[in-house]
Amino acid sequence: MAQLTMVQALNLALAELMRDDPDVLVLGEDVGVDGGVFRVTDGLYQEFGDQRVIDTPLAEAAIVGAAIGLCVRGFRPVCEMQFDGFSFPAFHHIEGHVRRLRNRTRGRFTCPMVVRMPYGGGIRAIEHHSEAPEATYAHLAGLKVVIPSGPRNARALLRTAVLDPDPVIFFEPKASYRAFREEVPDDPETLPIGKGVVARAGRDATIISYGATLRAALEAAEELYDEYHIDAEVLDLLSVAPLDAELIHESVRKTGRVVVAHEAPRHCGVGAEIVARIVEESLLFLEAPVARVTGFDTIIPFFVNEKAYLPDAARIVRATVETLAF
Amino acid sequence: MRVWADPPQKKGNRVPRENIPLPCRVESLSVLSADGVLDKDLEPKLPEADLKRLYRTMLASRMLDQRCLMLQRQGRLGTYGPCRGQEATPLGVAYCLREEDWFVPTYRELPAYLWRGWPMEKHLYWWGGSELGSATPDGINDLPLCVPIGTQCQHAMGIAWGCKLRGDNTICACFVGDGGTSQGDFHEAMNFATVYHVPLVMVIQNNHWAISLPRHKQSASQTLAQKALAYGIDGIQVDGNDILAVIAATSEAVEKARTGGGPTVIEAITYRLMMHTTADDPKKYRTAEEVAEWEKRDPLPRFAGYLRQKGILDDDTEAAFKDEINAEIEHAVEIYENTQHDPFDMFRYMYAEMTPELQRQMAELKRHLETPLPAPSPREQAGDVV
Ligand SMILES: Cc1ncc(C[n+]2csc(CCOP(=O)(O)OP(=O)(O)O)c2C)c(N)n1
Ligand SMILES: [Mg+2]
Repeated sequence: MAQLTMVQALNLALAELMRDDPDVLVLGEDVGVDGGVFRVTDGLYQEFGDQRVIDTPLAEAAIVGAAIGLCVRGFRPVCEMQFDGFSFPAFHHIEGHVRRLRNRTRGRFTCPMVVRMPYGGGIRAIEHHSEAPEATYAHLAGLKVVIPSGPRNARALLRTAVLDPDPVIFFEPKASYRAFREEVPDDPETLPIGKGVVARAGRDATIISYGATLRAALEAAEELYDEYHIDAEVLDLLSVAPLDAELIHESVRKTGRVVVAHEAPRHCGVGAEIVARIVEESLLFLEAPVARVTGFDTIIPFFVNEKAYLPDAARIVRATVETLAF
Repeated sequence: MRVWADPPQKKGNRVPRENIPLPCRVESLSVLSADGVLDKDLEPKLPEADLKRLYRTMLASRMLDQRCLMLQRQGRLGTYGPCRGQEATPLGVAYCLREEDWFVPTYRELPAYLWRGWPMEKHLYWWGGSELGSATPDGINDLPLCVPIGTQCQHAMGIAWGCKLRGDNTICACFVGDGGTSQGDFHEAMNFATVYHVPLVMVIQNNHWAISLPRHKQSASQTLAQKALAYGIDGIQVDGNDILAVIAATSEAVEKARTGGGPTVIEAITYRLMMHTTADDPKKYRTAEEVAEWEKRDPLPRFAGYLRQKGILDDDTEAAFKDEINAEIEHAVEIYENTQHDPFDMFRYMYAEMTPELQRQMAELKRHLETPLPAPSPREQAGDVV
């Protein structure tokens, strides 16, 4: 058992995977000698060498495009996009080929690659370094979109993602990279993709969240309990595609009150899909309208104003109290 | 299950072929060497007042850059990307432009911004996390800093194309890094630029590093300038730490662009003396010896030496410049630190007219920021919240 940050836990998962399978390759900008700008790949270059941990030229389209070819030749590339904002040159390949290869070749070729990227705000970063575009990817059928919330589940999910026979977009909440440590067991673990967890059990309301916002949700739940005597259940989705609808229905049917919280913009966000699912199958269990606490439908402001944009515990508390008061 | 035999293996000499004479060249240019030796034949004849102003701007950039690093360390600025050691190229290029020309930077061209009249506080705003830093001042034909590497090449090409279509005798200069030349955007922009024969000067600041990736791992080409050849234009390599060489090469490229001669690629050889940004630790990937070698080629003392030799600069002038610049920096820092930032601005510039939904969201944020949270419900009333 070791107390690890999310960065260390992800690093551990990559090292374990690379030791287990010589076909696992890591490629991206500054992932080798430098160990990645967030140090997620630190030490891998030294252990596995420059044929498996590859510092590529600066071209995201080429990184993912090449990874498709490497997949065809039987490798399992783990691509790093230095920040989510720079994944878009590769979007062309992700949309046009990564998600389609299995389907269009009727299973002859597949893309068991992982595209990792730090995402989200809250670290006072410069322009293009703070967006949360998970819905953009979740909208593309053929991709799985995973978002861990802490060191332990990050390590387990990355393992599952790399072992998965299909492409996985792996969003790493950079605000949680070093925010806290967690016990991580000695032996590798996996967590199923498409399954969420109850992060805090409760009976009065359901707060549904994921990624860095999960911490705000848990903080809000504590405050709701202490200050308002509201016992909120907090769900950590862990995957936004596929979505764990069962987990959502089960909780909603128990509490009848729902708040969805994510930092991505509201319009067509993951929250919209969650609400749609609830309306489709659990509508009659609701006792109040579902509230969404999200980023606004704007560009996330440069960092002096990012606090006003990002959902925090206070906004979640307010929404939950109002939902309960409905 | 093999259907075909392998094709016959090629043996012996290659078949004879003809050389295609290409009308392109890659040349290199240096005027004032690192140890201060001047090539008198190539020396651009610049008015004394211009030389003085150039030096003052180079010094101002150096001092503001230094100050930003300090502010960052004190937590008064965000992550900062210094440009120390690279001042000669953006400054020399900016000098060759007319005011009404267009300038499209990436993010290491501070001296060019200063030359073109951006107030210093703009630089502080940008790295200090405020959009005020990317709001180009009225009357200045520059795009703001560009972070998604390489994308600006396309915009600059489009602007240059617009210059041609408008027929207003303006041109566009664009900056990209050595790393940026690996992006498709750079190549696509060069292709369009030559197909449409637009008045573009594409300057590659080859500072030898793209974060941790050294130039030789970025591209297997011997020079970056030669990438121009593929698109049918000339590429030139200049000593980017030699402002006279930069000016000599750029003024020709600008003239060529303005007179309908089409685009040029200039590869400026320079060096990033500092970290990539303050979030970076260059000790992980490069040696102090390498940096020390490049310290010797620092463009600032080199330019100063030249000016002193010409009798244009002396200790008194230098000291006076420093005093003035320090006062300017102080003034800018004061403006920067006393600016109130309105969070509701995030809604105001999304569309020409704010959508009803954005108005609703703005009101929602206003209500949240201005209304205290509902009063806590005491424990005694447990279960009685609704
Ligand atoms: C499309 C894109 N990918 C990745 C990044 C992250 N990044 C910022 S600067 C940089 C290196 C740029 O190197 P170069 O073009 O040589 O410019 P320099 O920083 O040396 O001036 C990288 C990879 C980015 N900003 N944009
Ligand atoms: Mg560079």
